[in-house]
Amino acid sequence: MPAAPEPGGGAALEAASRERRWWGRVTGRLDRAGQAFAAQIRERLPLGRGLDDEFYDALTDVLIASDCGVAVAEGLVEGLRVRARAKGLRQAADAVAALQAEMAQSLVTRPRELRLVGAPAVCLVVGVNGVGKTTTVGKLAHRLVQDGRRPLIAAADTYRAAATEQLRVWAQRAGVEMVAHRPGADPGAVLFDAITAARARDRDVVLVDTAGRLHTRQNLMAELGKLVRVAARQVEGGPQEVLLVLDATTGGNALSQARTFQEVAAVTGLVLTKLDGSARGGGLLQIEAALDLPVKLVGVGEALDDLGAFDPQAFLEALFRGVGEPAAT
Amino acid sequence: MFDSLTDRLTAAFRRFTAKGALTEADVDAGLREVRLALLEADVQYKVARDFIARIRSRAVGVEVLQSLTPGQQVIKLVHDELVQLLGGETTRLTYQPRPPTVILLLGLQGAGKTTTTVKLALLARREGHRPLCVAADLQRPAAVEQLRVLATAQEVPLVGPSPDTRTPAAVAARGVREAERLGCDVVLVDSAGRLHLDEPLLEELRAVRAAVPVGTAVLVVDAMTGQEAVNVATAFRDQVGVDGVILTKLDSDARGGAALSMRAAAGLPILLCGVGERPQDLEPFHPDRMARRILGMGDVVTLVERAQAQVDREGAAQMEERMMAGRLTLDDFIAQLRQLRQLGSLESVLDMVPGGRALLRGGGAAVPDEGQLRHMEAMVLAMTPAERRRPEIIDASRRRRIAAGSGTTPPEVSRLVKGFAQMQGMMRSLGGARGRRQLAGMLRGGGLLPGWDRPGR
Repeated sequence: MPAAPEPGGGAALEAASRERRWWGRVTGRLDRAGQAFAAQIRERLPLGRGLDDEFYDALTDVLIASDCGVAVAEGLVEGLRVRARAKGLRQAADAVAALQAEMAQSLVTRPRELRLVGAPAVCLVVGVNGVGKTTTVGKLAHRLVQDGRRPLIAAADTYRAAATEQLRVWAQRAGVEMVAHRPGADPGAVLFDAITAARARDRDVVLVDTAGRLHTRQNLMAELGKLVRVAARQVEGGPQEVLLVLDATTGGNALSQARTFQEVAAVTGLVLTKLDGSARGGGLLQIEAALDLPVKLVGVGEALDDLGAFDPQAFLEALFRGVGEPAAT
Repeated sequence: MFDSLTDRLTAAFRRFTAKGALTEADVDAGLREVRLALLEADVQYKVARDFIARIRSRAVGVEVLQSLTPGQQVIKLVHDELVQLLGGETTRLTYQPRPPTVILLLGLQGAGKTTTTVKLALLARREGHRPLCVAADLQRPAAVEQLRVLATAQEVPLVGPSPDTRTPAAVAARGVREAERLGCDVVLVDSAGRLHLDEPLLEELRAVRAAVPVGTAVLVVDAMTGQEAVNVATAFRDQVGVDGVILTKLDSDARGGAALSMRAAAGLPILLCGVGERPQDLEPFHPDRMARRILGMGDVVTLVERAQAQVDREGAAQMEERMMAGRLTLDDFIAQLRQLRQLGSLESVLDMVPGGRALLRGGGAAVPDEGQLRHMEAMVLAMTPAERRRPEIIDASRRRRIAAGSGTTPPEVSRLVKGFAQMQGMMRSLGGARGRRQLAGMLRGGGLLPGWDRPGR
C-alpha cells in the first residue's frame, strides 16, 4: 500500500461516531413523528384480527396520512401482502413488523456521501421559497469545517430582501468567509467571483446559496440553469453537488419540485429540512422511490449542528419505536 | 395550480359521462378515483373520506340514478360539495370599527409570513387604510432587515426592535403607539416562525396578544403543505387562537389540498391567497371560483376583476368581450400584454386565461421575461396592419422582413405567429356556441357546465 499521508483513519472514525451521537440526539426529536405514526397504527388498524382486506386498506390510509403518497402507500402494502403470504404471517402485529422491513427495502442503499472533490468543489443549494436553503448552507458550512474542509460561502440569492444579511449571520456562526454582491446583482457573477476567491484563498468547497424559486417559474429556473453552467465552465466536473432542499412538511408537491429541479439543475441529492416539525416521515419514502435520488442530509432544528447525514436505518427505527412490540434495536 | 387534481377528476368524470345510466357500482368506482385524486392533492384523509361519503349518499339517491344525465348530476354534486368544503361564501378580512386594527401573522417557518406582512399592508392601503408594519420576528437572522427593506420599498412605516424594546411583545406595543402617533389605523405584526408549537413560542405569542389588542390573528400556510396542514391549523387555533388563513405560494403547481383540509377539518376560513413574489400579489380567496378552477376552467372572473382594479373599466370590458369572442388580433395581443404587465406577475395572469400557457410555450420560452416581451412587441410593430389582423398571410418572405425590421430572427417570428394561432384556437373553442354560453354564464356567476344550475350554496 502506498504510504501516502492518510486523511481517513482516525478522522473517519471520529466522524462516524459523531454521526452516531447526532442520530442519538435526533431520534429524540423524531419521537414526535414516531409517536404519531405509532398512534395512527394503534388507532386505525384492527390489530387483533387477521390479515384481511380491511386491514390492508386501513394500513394504506395510515401510510397516506404519513405523506407517503397514494402510489408508494399502495406499493408498500402490495409488497407487504406478498411478504406476508411468503412468510405465512397471520397476525396483524406481525405484518406491521414486516412493514418496517418493507420500508427498509424501499430505502435501498444509495450512495449518500457528499462528493466534494474539485478545485474547488462547487455545491449548489437549491429549492423553492421557504424550505430552509440559507439555514442549510450555514449548517453545512459548519459541518464541513468540522470535517476539516475549508469552505467558502457564495451569497447568490441576490433577490430576496436581506437574504445576504441572514446568510452573513450564519457564515459568522460557522466561522466561514462569504462572497456577496449588491442586492439584485447577477447570481452568476457572484458564483464566478466566489470560485475565483476560493482559489485565491485556498478554499476547497464553494457553498452556493441560491434564491428560492417556485419550480413553476420557468424564467427563474432558466437563471438557475445559468448558475449550473457557470459552475461547469469554471470548475472541472462542476457543480460537484446540486442539493435540492425539501421541506418535510410539504406534501405531494415535493415530487413535482424535485422533478423540475432535476431537469434544470441535475440534482445530485436531497436535503430534507424541518424533519422534527413534521409528524410525517412518509414523504421521504415517496421521493426516494419516485425519483431515485438519495436523501443525503436531514435538518432537525435551528442550531448550527442540527444537520446530519441521513441514516435510513436509524430513521426507520425512530419511526417504528412504540409500534406494537417494543422496537427491535 | 391544481392541475393534477383537475386531471384526476376529469378522468374520473369521464367514466360517469360515458354512460347514460349509472349503477351503484359505477358510482363507487368513480368515487374511488375522486378519493385518490383528493388524497394525491394532499387533502387530509379524513376530509377526503367524509367528502366521498357525502357524495355517495347523495349520488346513489333515486333522483340521480334515474335522472337522464346521471353522470353530469354526479359531477355537479362533486362540484357543489367541493365549494362547500372550500368554505361556501367568500370570507373577507375585516377592520375594527375603532382603530387601530391589529393583525397578527402566525405560522411555521418558511410559510411566507414576512412577505405576506407587506402584502397585507399594501392591501390595507388599497382599501383606504394607513398601514404600519411591526417586525416582531426576533428569531430568524435578518428577518427584521428583510421586513424593513420590503416595507421601505413600499413606503410603509415600520417599527422594529430598539434598545429598550427587545421582546416581540414590547416591539408590538411600541408599534401600536407609533401607529397612533403617525395616524396609522392598521398595524401588521410579523411574528417568529417555528417548526412546531413549543412552549417558548407559545409564551412569546401570548405575550404579544396580552400587550396589544389583536383584532385578527392570521395563520400563514404554504399551499404546498401536506397531511400536516390540519395539525398545524388546529394547534395554532387551539393554543394561540386563529381567525383565518392566508394561503401562500398558490402560484406554484401545488394542488392545494391543504386549503380544503384546513377549512373542512379545522374550520378556519381562507381569507386571502399569495399568488406571486411581488408585494401586490395577494388576492381574495373565492371558494366557488377555486372549485371551478379545480374542475378545469381558467379563472376568467378573477382576471377580469383584477383588470378592473388596475386598468380602466372600459378596457377591461373590451378585453373580456374580445376574449370571449375569440377575435383577438395581434394588436390586441400586444395591447393586452402591455396591460397585463401592470396586473400582476405575468405568469399568474396567463394561468387564468384559457390557453395562456400554450401561447407562451409557442412564443419561445414557456414564460417570457421582460426582454422577450419587448421582442414580441417589436415583431408585431414590424408587421403591416393586414399582417396583424390576419397573421396567417405571413409567409417566408414576410417573416424575413419582419425579423429584419424588429431585430429578431425568422424562427422567432414564426414561433410568435404559431403561438398566437394556438391561443386563438383555444379562445375560439371557448367562444363556440356551447363554450360561449358556458363562459358567459360563468362570467355572470352562473353554472359551469351545460345543464347546470347555479351552484348550490
